[in-house]
Amino acid sequence: MTFTVEKKREEAVKETQGKREKNVVYKTKELNLWYGETHALKNINLDIYENEITAIIGPSGCGKSTYIKTLNRMVELVPGVKTSGEILYRGRNIFDKDFEVEELRTRVGMVFQNPNPFPKSIYDNVAYGPRIHGIKDKKILDQIVEKSLRGAAIWDEVKDRLHENAYGLSGGQQQRLCIARCLAIEPDVILMDEPTSALDPISTLKVEELVQELKKDYSIIIVTHNMQQAARISDKTAFFLNGEVIEYDDTDKIFSTPSDKRTEDYITGRFG
Amino acid sequence: MKLIDEKRVSAGMKRRIVRNAIFKNLFLFATLLCLLFLIVLFYRILSQGLPHLDWHFLNALPSRKPENAGIYTALNGTLWMMAVVVPVTMILGIGTAIYLEEYAKDNKFTTFIRVNISNLAGVPSVVYGLLGLTIFVRALGLGTSVLAAGLTMSLLILPVVIVAAQEAIRAVPNSLREASYGMGATKWQTILHVVLPAAIPGILTGTILALSRAIGETAPLVVLGIPLYLAFLPSSFLDEFTALPMQIYNWTSRPQAEFQDLAAAGIIVLLAILILMNSVAILIRNKFQKRY
Amino acid sequence: MNSMSSDKEQFSVQKLIAEKKKNGAKKRTEKIVPFILLMTAIVSVLTTLGILFTLLFETFTFFRHVSLIEFLTNDTWYPFSDPGEYGILPLISGTLRVTGIAILVAVPIGLSAAIYLSEFAKDRVRRIIKPILEVLGGIPTIVYGFFALTFVTPLLKNFIPSLEIFNALSPGIVMGIMITPTIASLSEDAMSAVPNSIRQGSLALGATKFETAIKVVLPAAASGIIASIVLGISRAIGETMIVSIAGGSTPNLSLDVTRSIQTMTAYIVQVAQGDAGYGTTIYYSIYAVGFTLFLFTLVMNLLATWISRRIREEY
Repeated sequence: MTFTVEKKREEAVKETQGKREKNVVYKTKELNLWYGETHALKNINLDIYENEITAIIGPSGCGKSTYIKTLNRMVELVPGVKTSGEILYRGRNIFDKDFEVEELRTRVGMVFQNPNPFPKSIYDNVAYGPRIHGIKDKKILDQIVEKSLRGAAIWDEVKDRLHENAYGLSGGQQQRLCIARCLAIEPDVILMDEPTSALDPISTLKVEELVQELKKDYSIIIVTHNMQQAARISDKTAFFLNGEVIEYDDTDKIFSTPSDKRTEDYITGRFG
Repeated sequence: MKLIDEKRVSAGMKRRIVRNAIFKNLFLFATLLCLLFLIVLFYRILSQGLPHLDWHFLNALPSRKPENAGIYTALNGTLWMMAVVVPVTMILGIGTAIYLEEYAKDNKFTTFIRVNISNLAGVPSVVYGLLGLTIFVRALGLGTSVLAAGLTMSLLILPVVIVAAQEAIRAVPNSLREASYGMGATKWQTILHVVLPAAIPGILTGTILALSRAIGETAPLVVLGIPLYLAFLPSSFLDEFTALPMQIYNWTSRPQAEFQDLAAAGIIVLLAILILMNSVAILIRNKFQKRY
Repeated sequence: MNSMSSDKEQFSVQKLIAEKKKNGAKKRTEKIVPFILLMTAIVSVLTTLGILFTLLFETFTFFRHVSLIEFLTNDTWYPFSDPGEYGILPLISGTLRVTGIAILVAVPIGLSAAIYLSEFAKDRVRRIIKPILEVLGGIPTIVYGFFALTFVTPLLKNFIPSLEIFNALSPGIVMGIMITPTIASLSEDAMSAVPNSIRQGSLALGATKFETAIKVVLPAAASGIIASIVLGISRAIGETMIVSIAGGSTPNLSLDVTRSIQTMTAYIVQVAQGDAGYGTTIYYSIYAVGFTLFLFTLVMNLLATWISRRIREEY
């Protein structure tokens, strides 16, 4: 049964790839969100595709961070948040009662604005996710840690000091460690909330290269206030303004011939 | 016409500067007075007690003859009591702090618990003694046992431990919690594996300071009726015992000068324990101070 | 990076996770833990209730033997005769006398130290002196009691020959030193919280540091300072061992601080360590005295909280 389903999906992927159409990972329908009285997200409709990098841009306070935090329901940690509408992840509404939030977050990883390694060793940071999900076998953990650190392009820098505290790393290394930590549970989607905003240009470049590398295996959604970054690395770009999606299209199109005046104003630097 | 007479201002200036200097030194003097008091206190107690402080003093049972008397039972009793106080306050204190910081909703009941804890911190220790006397010693029939005294002391220092643990937990940055939730960890996993390990140095510092208060506290023990004089060691938590401050109190109350010297020697031991505990607390604090 | 896809075929972390997920233990833990933690938090509420019920219950029993009017108006406290006399006023008077002396010592020294540390001292000096001051607050009261009886009293007797061995003066002074760190530390916090811009405004007009401290910083920090003094008073009222050891056990209404006295706390200690049988009027009287003491400190603590809450709205 599952085998045929898998096969059908693979075929579907191949078929759609021919037309440059891909599977939808996230389908957002009529999403509204309020912080108390503040209407932070208004009627969002957005499809996010598999194995692509989707950039979300917009001025501060436009709701871009709120949106990405809604995708793994981290936004609910803020008291007084209300939502309406649906977000379908692989066809399941993430707001459904029987969709455990922990299960969603196990499938959808997140990298945060500021590097936030735990005050533990590098090894324990990466092994944290697998461990809390019950993987205790030392051999498997060793493999996961190495693979994840390699995946985050930081293995060579830290392989000799895996058991030193993660706080000894530089800011850029810490952020790649956080990416490795996220890769350790092999998520399906990686959400990145302005992952380079606290980094220097060289570290930023390294993370950007890494993100493009990761695209082969993961679907990535990245919030950024840096338009050049969106233009450099993403396949699709959504422009948010005052809690609304103004425009969502291929990145090339958004940055060359935007169809909305406000998008044009923003990317040409007239505001934001 | 000028409203300000510059001559008068500059004539007054000198006086004002002198006054500033005088008061500055007066304030400094008051500050140094406290230090002086501390020095005199330590000098006096050391000079009085040190001659009596030897191996025999630490290992001898109490006695009617000053030259034979020691603090063996009292020191042991204090250790027995702390064996009750440490686990009880750690469990109750950290548990309450986690509840208030991580789980409690922002409602009237939570506010009530918070206000209640800060008021408990201001209740005189002798009143805790009355509570322990009624509930533990009499109602629960524990008598003047290690357990009754340990529980009373635990309740006495509980507010301090709670507040210290709360501060330590609050100091753990939210970004760490988010990182953990982001991996699909549950709330309790996040608290157990991320928040508590990060907060434990702060919690330990506060707890050790609170425990050092419990070691020196005398009034509740007197009210409970803990014996001033006991020539045997407890062998279970339900046995009678005496504690170091009780032994000191006993010797202080005797009119003979020899016993007062013994009291001073006992105080040296008590202060040494407290200084040791405080140093450990400070070491922990300094080692883990800047981590986030 | 190419190795990644081939690795993935060896084992899938997500599949391993899915296998481990099957048992419901995790879910149960998530439900039970907050409940257990709530229970630990309830202990502190039970403590308060315990204190209130204990004091109230036994105090009511006491008032079945002694009338409230006698308790409040009789000017003699002498329970050891038959029938005993139970007028609380001498005990309150003793407590207030010692507290008054303590405050007379602690407020000038504590405030001076606070002004010095907050307005004059260099940062390095402050970081050395403040912890040393706090050592004073951490010394067990039994040590202070011993010091008052064996050192301060004989010392004072050199100047005041009529001083009795047990008196109000010596424990009052020592208690003052004990609460000085409370007042100094909290006042210093209040004064440090005054924004520097206000200070600079005064200094830029040519005011000296002393004038700035007295005329600008002190008034701005007034409620914090008053709260610290109220807290100090509360600690002095509840202090037990210093007055038990050095204050004596003769309750009286005289204002002479060289005479032996008895405070509320010292009375409780005296009865508790004596052998007043369970169920006697004397036994219950310690609860009535304890309840009075509790009310005094409660009012002081509430007052301090109320005052210090008011400053936070000012700037």
